[in-house]
Amino acid sequence: MSAIQPPAEIVWWKQPLDKVEGTWISIALVWSLIMFFMMPFWHIYGKQNLSSEAYKTTPQAFLAKTEAMVQQYTVRTVNTEKGPIPVVKPPPGSDVYLAGRLWQWYPLLEFEKGQTYRLHISSLDWQHGFSLQPVNINTQILPGYEMVLTVTPDTDGEQTIICNEFCGIGHHLMLGKIYVTDGASMEVGQ
Amino acid sequence: MSNELFRTCPESGLQFHRPAERLMKAHAVVAVVILLLGGIAALLVTLTRWPAVHLLPADRFYQLLTGHGVNMLIFWMISFEIAILYFCSSTLLRCRLATPKIAWLGFALMLLGIIINNAAVANGDASVMMTSYVPMPANPNFYLGLILFAVGALIGCFIFLATLVVAKDEKTYEGSIPLVTFGALTACIIAVFTIASGAIVLVPTWLWSLGLVNNIDAAMYRVVWWALGHSSQQINVAAHVAVWYAIAAIVFGARPLSEKVSRVAFFLYIAFLQLASAHHLLVDPGLSAEWKIFNTSYAMYLAVLASMVHGLTVPGSIEVAQRAKGYTKGLFQWLRKAPWGNPIFSGMFISLVGFGFLGGISGVVMGTEQINIIIHNTIYVPGHFHATVVIGSTLAFMSLTYFLIPTLFRKQVAFPAIARLQPYFFGLGMSVFALAMMGAGTLGVERRHWDMAFTNAALGFDYPASAYTLMGIMGMAGVVSILGGAMYILVTVVSVFFGKPVESESSFGIATTTLKRAEPVVVPDGGHAAAGKWGFAAPGTFLLAIFFLLIFVLYYAVNWKYLASVWPMS
Ligand code: HEM
Ligand SMILES: [Cu+2]
Ligand SMILES: [Cu+2]
Repeated sequence: MSAIQPPAEIVWWKQPLDKVEGTWISIALVWSLIMFFMMPFWHIYGKQNLSSEAYKTTPQAFLAKTEAMVQQYTVRTVNTEKGPIPVVKPPPGSDVYLAGRLWQWYPLLEFEKGQTYRLHISSLDWQHGFSLQPVNINTQILPGYEMVLTVTPDTDGEQTIICNEFCGIGHHLMLGKIYVTDGASMEVGQ
Repeated sequence: MSNELFRTCPESGLQFHRPAERLMKAHAVVAVVILLLGGIAALLVTLTRWPAVHLLPADRFYQLLTGHGVNMLIFWMISFEIAILYFCSSTLLRCRLATPKIAWLGFALMLLGIIINNAAVANGDASVMMTSYVPMPANPNFYLGLILFAVGALIGCFIFLATLVVAKDEKTYEGSIPLVTFGALTACIIAVFTIASGAIVLVPTWLWSLGLVNNIDAAMYRVVWWALGHSSQQINVAAHVAVWYAIAAIVFGARPLSEKVSRVAFFLYIAFLQLASAHHLLVDPGLSAEWKIFNTSYAMYLAVLASMVHGLTVPGSIEVAQRAKGYTKGLFQWLRKAPWGNPIFSGMFISLVGFGFLGGISGVVMGTEQINIIIHNTIYVPGHFHATVVIGSTLAFMSLTYFLIPTLFRKQVAFPAIARLQPYFFGLGMSVFALAMMGAGTLGVERRHWDMAFTNAALGFDYPASAYTLMGIMGMAGVVSILGGAMYILVTVVSVFFGKPVESESSFGIATTTLKRAEPVVVPDGGHAAAGKWGFAAPGTFLLAIFFLLIFVLYYAVNWKYLASVWPMS
């Protein structure tokens, strides 16, 4: 009986496995378990894990914290066709705020290589995607939620934040920057 | 049973309940029309993402991308699947379809939903992508169309279940339902769960768009939307695996290696489907690592295991059937001597290999909690799901169509030469397309993005030249696969609406069906394995499976290595 007909044996569940099936199932099961345990393993021994630290927030509250940081730590501005954007250089180890809004990442940031920062990211309006290129780190950014990434940039140079969640007609214009300096005084970007 | 309500297909021996037959035809025809609409959108979207062409303006691009996603992923797939459900219940069980009138109500609701949703997208104020993530607002009719369609599909699911009950009551078959029907039952159960999730998320969103609900939490929306969005992929998988088994039976008279293994594997899909939405949320704020790990792996990858089992048992059953016919030389004579010119078979086999190697491996890799960090929302993601839902499900359904044209529609397949080439254009074009997308995504090119050059942006970014090359290859391969899609629509539409009626089996237009003649494969003394090697019934398939596993392991390891090179974070 073929697969489109009722099974020939009424008690088909007693039909023994084929050796080829049993062997493959065992191999595939072992592989599945390896893949499963790889994830907790990486939490213990790997260095790239997304924290689950996040807070409920509101656009107003998050913008206020961001503006306070901008007031305190702006070091220069980058002039674009669409006006100047502040570049903020927060002290290593501090809490840093990055807001996604239609259609920019605010403000621009400057980090020091090898230092650790607590990067808080939220959206002030719709959903956005934080995609840091070329290093290639991607996370989802939601309004009402403040995600905290503890990052340690280990390469210097200019990284671009590209929005990679569709957020309306200006989605492809929504960029930001993280400038990573090698040593405290170097200026990059502009 | 022998009243005129039934007709028996003289060539295949299948027995059709006429009211069910009309419903299947209606659903299949609507599905193909939607595929055409979605295909036109695919062409325009592809030509826009091909950097050297960059055809559409931004607003049109986002509008058509929304239309492409919804029409293809939801309307085409589910419309065709309802036809499959009716076929697997009424036809395979030789039973009358329960309450055809209510089934027509379901059909009407689905059609109405399709029209309302498409009108909203065409209107230009619903370019929110199929996911319609809140709080980005869309025209309320966008949601309303989806809700009506879902209600219609739900009715179809209940008709299927009711038909199984009728068949059991009226004893139209003996013993257990066929494996293929069991697969359809799996798809149906998942569909009921999926549609319930859809109602939970879309009804409030619709009310919100009308101003009747104040606020919808973005994170909550994503959790429930993906219970809809992912589980519906599980419907597709269960449905196309059932189609693979069906085609193996139709073309080769193959029987499952063992009913038990195949059925348990289907059951695993049902058991773990509710966990699936997690792998879309791996980089969302606030979800715990434990929750993500357990759910993204569908509890230790048991649903993945199920797919790996089907991936062995489907070709394995073909191998056993071919060996029984005498193609026993070496490890692969059974495969070489397979009917590669018969699109029912070639499409199904390309679907199986493409789904496993391209869709399966990439899906598991990017669904790994930490690896998702380097892939989320890049164009790698559409690369992955075009391999699953296009090469896997869509191509499987296309192959089945070539069987349904002569048996269900009683028409000869028009342009047999085109039909023979179609799966190769579609399947191979799609494979290159998907691979190029995965490559570009690895270089950080984003999905749903109009301009990878960021021409008018305040700040800029330059992708490496290789990313542009890959997107160009994607564009060209996309056009080839769209040509394959156009060939399918040409053959189908001309056959069904203008085709010559079938007179005898030799006039099918393509390879004839062996269904009626096919002797069920006889198990030789000493079990299946006696015809194989190393005590294996299907040694060639086993070797292919091991090859698959090697590539899987290698690619998995490469991605961990890549992940280890990005900035440390915790
Ligand atoms: C004929 C061949 C096809 C081609 C060339 C094609 C091409 C494309 C392209 C270029 C994109 C845009 C990727 C992006 O910018 O994010 C896309 C998105 C998509 N395609 Fe296709 N496609 C085809 C067939 C299909 C089929 C048959 C299905 C479903 C069964 C499908 C489902 C989707 C979905 C769900 C999306 C994502 C839409 C979104 O991001 O909201 N495609 N396709
Ligand atoms: Cu954005
Ligand atoms: Cu965006």
